[in-house]
Amino acid sequence: MNIAELQKKLLAAARANVLDDRVPYAFEKRVMALLASRPVADRWVLWTRGLWQAAAASCVAVAFLLGAWAFFNSTASSNSADLAQNFENTLLASVDQNDQAQ
Amino acid sequence: MERTEAELIAAVLRGDAASFEPLVQKYSPRVFATARRYARRESEVEDIAQEVWLKAFEKLASYRGEAPFEHWLMRLTVRTCYDFLRAHQRNRESPFSDLSGPETDWLERFVTQPETAAETADAAKLLVGRVLEKLSPPARLVITLLEIEDRSVREIAQLTGWSVPLVKVRAFRARAEMRKILTKMAMGKYL
Repeated sequence: MNIAELQKKLLAAARANVLDDRVPYAFEKRVMALLASRPVADRWVLWTRGLWQAAAASCVAVAFLLGAWAFFNSTASSNSADLAQNFENTLLASVDQNDQAQ
Repeated sequence: MERTEAELIAAVLRGDAASFEPLVQKYSPRVFATARRYARRESEVEDIAQEVWLKAFEKLASYRGEAPFEHWLMRLTVRTCYDFLRAHQRNRESPFSDLSGPETDWLERFVTQPETAAETADAAKLLVGRVLEKLSPPARLVITLLEIEDRSVREIAQLTGWSVPLVKVRAFRARAEMRKILTKMAMGKYL
């Protein structure tokens, strides 16, 4: 059996099929009734939901910032200790030299 | 005086829900015709059409008026039909052994004298419906839009929200999937 030919024939059959665009009686009335019966979204519910979502996102952001701050602070404090030591060494270098000379 | 589409849409967006009814009345035939390409049972067709209009009402604010309302609505309809196909894949596993008498006759005629097996025959239409039902949802959608409705790849991309290369890939796969199904059907019947 020639499958490609069969495929072509069946697709031609589908194309030849006349579209049925009948709409059931009073369909638009049914849609309008459905729309009218739907619960109206309460503004306060939407507002509260948005608020909770924002709060959750804020918590994540704050946790991330705190983590980053803690990490960089520890790195910075160890750097600042080195800086203080270097500063003291530089400042007292002349005194040390004097001591060694004596 | 009859209000224009733009006026009706503006009125709905201002809160006058009743202005939506003329839109439902005007475009329902197109929505139903499209839905009937993907669903066989009339109750399913009605469910799809209803879903389309509920979504259209909800999302009307996203219609910017740059393209005709009908195009926007057809995009929504095609996407709703695709969701329906993905949710209802139950028929894909049914065997070809339950072909009706006229369908088997048409196939036999095609095997013996292909030129006498007319495309316009009801049996051919039933058979192609059966084959389409066995396709995966993306394959069925792309075959319907590309081969049956004769739409361009660009149009399909706009309707489905897929990229142009994705439509091309899916079209290629869909044709192969259809050939595979036809081969299976032929083997089941004649081997």
